[in-house]
Amino acid sequence: MLKVQRLTKTYRTAGGPLTVLKEVSFELGAGASLAIVGPSGSGKTTLLGLCAGLDQPSGGEVWLAGQAIGALDEDARALARNAHVGFVFQNFQLVPTLTALENVLVPLELRGDGGADVEAEGRRLLERVGLAPRADHYPVQLSGGEQQRVALARAFVNRPKILFCDEPTGNLDGDTAHAMVELIFGLNQEKGATLVLVTHDLDLARRCQRILRLKGGAVVSDEPGTPTEHAGCTEGEKT
Amino acid sequence: MNFILKMAWRDSRASRRRLVLFSLSVVLGIAALVAIGSFSANLERAIEQQAKGLLGADLIVTGRAALGEDATAYLTGMGAVVAREVSFSSMMVFPTAKDLTRLVNIRATEGEFPFYGDLVADPVDAVARFRRGGAVTLLEETLMRQFEVKPGDVVKLGQTTFTVVGALQKLPGEASAISATFAPRALISMDALEGTGLTAKTVLVRHRTQLKLPETVAPETVEREMRRRFRGERLSFDTVAERKRNLSRALENIEGFLSLVGFVALFLGAIGIASAIHVYVRQKITTVAVLRCLGASARQSFAVYLVQGLALGVFGAVVGAALGLLIQIALPHLLRGVLPFEVDFFVAWTAVGRGGLAGLVICVLFTVLPLLAVRKVSPLVALRSAIAETTGTAPDPWRIAIGVFIGVAVAAFAIWQTQSLKNGLGFAGMLAVGFATLGGLAQFIAWAARKWFPRRLPYVARQGVANLYRPQNRTVLLILSLGLGTFLMLTLFLARSTLLNEIQTSGGGARPNLLFFDIQDDQIEPLAKIAAEQGAPVLVRAPIVTMRIAAVKGRKVEQLLGPGGRGETPGGRRKEVRAENDDGEPRGRRGNDGRIAGWTLRREYRSTFRGRLESTEKLVKGDFIGRAPAGAAVIPISMEQGLVEEMSLQLGDEIEWDVQGVPMRTRLASIRAVEWRRLEPNFFVVFPEGVLEGAPKFYVAAVRAATPEHSARVQRAVVSALPSVTAIDLALVMQTVDAIFSKVAFVIQFMALFTVLTGVIVLVGAVMTGRFQRIRETVLLRTLGATRRQLTQIMLVEYTVLGVLAAMAGGLLAIVANGLLAKFIFHLRPATPPLELILAVVAVVAVTLTTGLVANRGITSHPPLEVLRQET
Repeated sequence: MLKVQRLTKTYRTAGGPLTVLKEVSFELGAGASLAIVGPSGSGKTTLLGLCAGLDQPSGGEVWLAGQAIGALDEDARALARNAHVGFVFQNFQLVPTLTALENVLVPLELRGDGGADVEAEGRRLLERVGLAPRADHYPVQLSGGEQQRVALARAFVNRPKILFCDEPTGNLDGDTAHAMVELIFGLNQEKGATLVLVTHDLDLARRCQRILRLKGGAVVSDEPGTPTEHAGCTEGEKT
Repeated sequence: MNFILKMAWRDSRASRRRLVLFSLSVVLGIAALVAIGSFSANLERAIEQQAKGLLGADLIVTGRAALGEDATAYLTGMGAVVAREVSFSSMMVFPTAKDLTRLVNIRATEGEFPFYGDLVADPVDAVARFRRGGAVTLLEETLMRQFEVKPGDVVKLGQTTFTVVGALQKLPGEASAISATFAPRALISMDALEGTGLTAKTVLVRHRTQLKLPETVAPETVEREMRRRFRGERLSFDTVAERKRNLSRALENIEGFLSLVGFVALFLGAIGIASAIHVYVRQKITTVAVLRCLGASARQSFAVYLVQGLALGVFGAVVGAALGLLIQIALPHLLRGVLPFEVDFFVAWTAVGRGGLAGLVICVLFTVLPLLAVRKVSPLVALRSAIAETTGTAPDPWRIAIGVFIGVAVAAFAIWQTQSLKNGLGFAGMLAVGFATLGGLAQFIAWAARKWFPRRLPYVARQGVANLYRPQNRTVLLILSLGLGTFLMLTLFLARSTLLNEIQTSGGGARPNLLFFDIQDDQIEPLAKIAAEQGAPVLVRAPIVTMRIAAVKGRKVEQLLGPGGRGETPGGRRKEVRAENDDGEPRGRRGNDGRIAGWTLRREYRSTFRGRLESTEKLVKGDFIGRAPAGAAVIPISMEQGLVEEMSLQLGDEIEWDVQGVPMRTRLASIRAVEWRRLEPNFFVVFPEGVLEGAPKFYVAAVRAATPEHSARVQRAVVSALPSVTAIDLALVMQTVDAIFSKVAFVIQFMALFTVLTGVIVLVGAVMTGRFQRIRETVLLRTLGATRRQLTQIMLVEYTVLGVLAAMAGGLLAIVANGLLAKFIFHLRPATPPLELILAVVAVVAVTLTTGLVANRGITSHPPLEVLRQET
């Protein structure tokens, strides 16, 4: 589902070129889960952005759902994202001027889908994340945990083949984060999507099938996690 | 498309009020364009519909003498209905107002003029009473108000006492406000003229023959034929077609000028929009990035905001057009008295469309410019906000292309409005200079505030100064909008001051301020005596001999003019030069040789003779010869340099004059520069002494009166003893210039007001935009304990600095513009009244501060959390 080969990213800075990612390679099958961990500045978010086609690599290639995205222009990559990818961000990134339901529907409306069926799908997903009564609320009227649940519903509305999560619990308190994690893994299992998540939380990372550890832009270890049999994740013990 | 429209609508939810405010910036500019365009269309239709009423006749023939027998026979022979008018200026005495006197324009009429349109007077039966003849008069309405004359009162003209039957309100083809200002009109009947005894002694009499032609006869044919057959009578002709052409041309000029003033408002508003959208887009970057993450293409994201920009432009255009139509209803009232005809209101949809479209195009162009940044937003911003700071820094060819397009559009619009490549480019250039100067000043302020930061000042002052240069500051926008508004308003004000100031100073000191004309040879000594008795001795006296040019450099005037030469244009002598030049007459009109202006050959010259130069003159070239050599066959004369240029003369060129039937050969011996604006007798041609003393002549004399009352006393004494003598008081000239300028300036200032109001709206927009930009900071300061008072003080410091500097910059630009106008247009010394300038600066600062305080009110008076929830 996701193949990354010798992926490199270099930025031009005033002090000369700065390589933040060095020849990273890995492969992930359909339904698999991968956690990317490492200290701040190790290149985790850059790797996630490149895998999701949000940026172009300086070297190497990414195959997303069988499609090499490095050669695509920005608009073609946007189409690929819309077709195959779901996102959950650390700071939720809901559009502040849209209601919860409208936020959820954006990916489908971008495709040109509309009508009662689409709205029903959005409402079903909001119900699944426990926010059906808040469908017409704006982001400022929702708590952080609720906003992240709306973001999760939005991430799954286009039935993505792969879900990218960037520190999905980073802005949430312990209990809310726990509930969120359950939702991510639960929905991921239901929808059969591949999961790539960036986190500092090692407990969360261990619930994935694989843990890719980065340091200074390079992979320092690629080890298995301890997922449960069905969900691809463990029950979430905390360290 | 569906997504784009839906998203554009939803995304605008929290910002609609703000977007409406942005669009208001262009509303007034569009309103001005629509109002002027549609009103012009009304005027054009009025001219078309009332064409014949514009002249009151099919053809009017004007000459210095009554129409000759042959010419009259020619006209009556073709079946023309003839009416006559003799007009001249004279002093009128008002017995009901303590015998005060006033220069009036006497119109002695005979016949049924006007043939088209109506002679309107108040009360309604006044016209009928006037037509019955006798010693009755219709007086200009303003004159009646000035001297509190009522119908039934009497006035004196020469030796006759006339009963006033009513107030003259409208005479076809004439604008009352213009004619009323200098010499208000007094209509009398021809049979009463002789009794006044004025015509015998009055020199400058104009005879007009008004004609109603048979329908089969074209006025232009009659004009051509008369020019050919009666060239010797030096007649001038006025037809409906020509009047229409002249009016249309004048109105086009006014329309062009006013449109440009409106356009400045639009342009300023567009700058405000561009600036506001720039901030708006910055706030939307994260939303755009999220949309990009979710699969929106760059084009789709851009389109979402372009739709908002278009909606904003359409809203501005529609509201602007509606407002423009409302203003259009008001314009005829503002211009009442200036226009020589009635204007009916109708909506000129083409003009509305044109104004709205121009506004929409400019608005959209200025909106697109900052919106282009949306295309460059990386989806990575959703992951890392720091990336937003680096987006859109590379040169964007689209941005450059639109920038160039805006420049071209502005220049093209200016050229279109002024109908002149040079003037249009000049206007666009001036606009660019104004913007560049103000923009440069703004950059300097930001730089200087950082460089010389006042570290020792209290916290609120430091914070206020820091706001001038910190990221997302409003320095450029505010300096531009406030500075430009101040610049335009003050330029108009200073131009008016310059004109009035010059007249005031020209009458200052010991200079003459009361001028007597039409003094016959035998009246000059009695006049000098009366004036001296009244305590105002004659300071300047000049003999005047009327003459015409017979030949130039050996070629007869008839030869030089050729067939079809046009008659003299009425008006003052400087105006004559300008009127004919501004008419855009082709060079060929300057005589057959293409070098001598026709008017210089056709006019009647009122020349003087004396032995020295006056204080209003300066020798430019040659030798001024004060006394003609005894027995000289060719007399050395001195001519004014403007006339010399118009006639393409060189020193030594020979001119032959027809001095009331006597030929006289002269040569150009010297060229003088003359200060025409001084209220003293000035002349195109000065002869040496010892030549013209024996010729029939009359005099002008100038005296100085100490006070207006003194002036009235002197005038009364002179006029009662010598009724045919006319007087011009400096106060009257000032009143005239002020009245004319006020009328015109009011219209211009009315339009300039649009720019100022736009400036205020842009200012409110800028403050609001800043409010969104600084909301977090302000809330943070409040959270940390800043009081409302402190926040207000910070804002006051910032706006005071901006207001003062913008007003000063605008003031300086206005001083420069006024200096240029004074030097190149008015040829005067510019006036810069310091007190008024300081007051203007204070007013601009006050407006800025008030606007700032009102717009910022909510932010400082509500709890921080509430503000954050509402505004984000």
